[in-house]
Amino acid sequence: MLGTGLIKGMAETARNFIGSYHDEARLVTVQYPEETVPPKENGRNFPFLVFDGNDPQAGLRCVACQICEKECPPQCIYIIKSKDKKPDHVGKPQIYPATFDIDVSVCMSCQICVEVCPFEAIKMDQVFELSTTDRFDKLLLRKSDLAKPNTYYHQLHPTEAMEVDGRLAEDKKKAEAKAKADAEAKAKAAAAPPKAAATASAPVPAKAPAQPGSVTVQPAPASAGAPTSSPPALNTTPVQPEAPKEAKP
Amino acid sequence: MEGVDQIFVIAKHWITAWSFWPNALRPFVSILLSIVPIIGLFALAFGITTVVERKALGRVQNRYGPNRVGIPLTKIRLAGFGQFMADGIKMLIKEDIVPFSADKVVHYLAPLALAIPVWLTFAVIPFGRNMSAIDLDAGLLFFFALGAGSELAVFMAGWSSRNKYALVGAMRGIAQMISYEIPLVLSTVAVVMIVGSLSLNEIVRAQSSYSLGFIPHWHVFTPWGFAAFVFFMIAACAETNRAPFDLPEAESEIIAGYLTEYSGFKYALFFLGEYMGLFAITGFAVTLFLGGWTAPLPFLNVVPSWLWFFLKFATLIALFIWVRATVPRLRMDQLMKLAWKFLVPLTLINLLVAAVWHYSGGWAFTGALAIRWVFCGAVIGSAYVALGRGLHTKHFAPRAYRYAD
Repeated sequence: MLGTGLIKGMAETARNFIGSYHDEARLVTVQYPEETVPPKENGRNFPFLVFDGNDPQAGLRCVACQICEKECPPQCIYIIKSKDKKPDHVGKPQIYPATFDIDVSVCMSCQICVEVCPFEAIKMDQVFELSTTDRFDKLLLRKSDLAKPNTYYHQLHPTEAMEVDGRLAEDKKKAEAKAKADAEAKAKAAAAPPKAAATASAPVPAKAPAQPGSVTVQPAPASAGAPTSSPPALNTTPVQPEAPKEAKP
Repeated sequence: MEGVDQIFVIAKHWITAWSFWPNALRPFVSILLSIVPIIGLFALAFGITTVVERKALGRVQNRYGPNRVGIPLTKIRLAGFGQFMADGIKMLIKEDIVPFSADKVVHYLAPLALAIPVWLTFAVIPFGRNMSAIDLDAGLLFFFALGAGSELAVFMAGWSSRNKYALVGAMRGIAQMISYEIPLVLSTVAVVMIVGSLSLNEIVRAQSSYSLGFIPHWHVFTPWGFAAFVFFMIAACAETNRAPFDLPEAESEIIAGYLTEYSGFKYALFFLGEYMGLFAITGFAVTLFLGGWTAPLPFLNVVPSWLWFFLKFATLIALFIWVRATVPRLRMDQLMKLAWKFLVPLTLINLLVAAVWHYSGGWAFTGALAIRWVFCGAVIGSAYVALGRGLHTKHFAPRAYRYAD
């Protein structure tokens, strides 16, 4: 008969209505600021920098290779390399980032920086309460905001962090073994007269490019005029292949 | 008890009688005292209903619904009942966008043309004993005359917006409202036939006695009255554009129908007008079929009459919300078929039944009441079943997709 379906439907909605008051488990809503869902291990949103030990400056794994900066699709990473070097986890002296900024308002949480990083230095974070009243400064995360200890990484992604730690320890072991072998080789070679090449060689390559560099740079400002005068001035010493290009006009 | 029942009437007389008012001003004070409480009360009811409706719909879908907004700058949440204030303020401060190619005057007038007649309909509804703003002899006629104004407003909105969705929505609205106006009026005609008056106060008075000392003479407790009540509610649902008859603003098909180009306060006015239409027609249904402000049992007359009115009113609003939470939207052809092939014939048959009921009222032999009940019930019941079968034609069967399979 017409209308029976309507009554059946009304009974169903009434059952749900009363049921939602009677049985709290029916309500799937998580009332966010008061309640939160525990984070999932593979959850991710913005990247952070991992450091070992207690000092975020000394223990930072990042070597400022700038691969992440280049790969980042929305170009939200900004790195300035340091002038000096500091030892990395293996003990080898490496450049470190003097500035490392991530604009989280631009970041799209794609994790590509993490995929490409060869040093296990950048990982995905799980913080999401980043809302702020200052949309310029507070959304640009500096190195100090980004650097977080390895223990924190272990908290977020335990399985992954264990794997990474294993790999790094292996690297370190290998490096130590190599250093040992080198030391032994050196000890063997100690019989031979020691050369001062290691210290003396430093000024030699610096001088060598300086000669062709100074030759090509000098005509460039004169011929190209004001607009091109600043790039060559910046690139005086290191850039060799660019020099002939500028010489053309 | 008499005092509590008549408290608003007494208060009005008391305030009007203040020597503070100049004599020339007294009639206006009296008018204002009738209008302002109606506007204030139903505007508040509108706000509360929107929150209650959202909460109820949420609960039906196993959600919480709005439960955050309370008193600003405090931690008091009032279970979300501050929501309508926040929504109202938001609507007020939003930009009022008028489309470049719109007919600006008509676009401006449409929300007013909807809201004003709807407010006027409240004038004739008796909210309690001696509590109707004006006691018109032709109150019922007045109600329908003003109610028909909403069709004009809907078409004004759709036409002036110069938007295809708005126009489609308005055309649907016109088709639907005019189609359902007929069963709406025909189902009330039965009441007018039985009572013999168009005055709403008279209609309530006709329902205010009890047989055997406890069965109220509400029209809904008669075979023709029950049928008319059901048809009236269906038609009222369509008349106020509520789900499942919300085709004119079906958001999944035509954006927001005739409201597409409205924003800010004009949109709020439309929204208000729609709910006021719902309230007016609900109050009307209470008056016509549920005995208005009369109590369901004689001893319950100690409870003030206006409280009874609002209890019945709230029950019917809850019913509307319940239906909205349950029934999916109709297709346009189904909508038309339901009106013209089902409701109109049934309401016409119901008129005959009401006539039989009226003329058999003089029967004095024993068992006369039982015979009347069985006969009238059988006629309207069999017509319902037969016409209901007729609706199950191929057009109402689940759709067969000839080419897509």
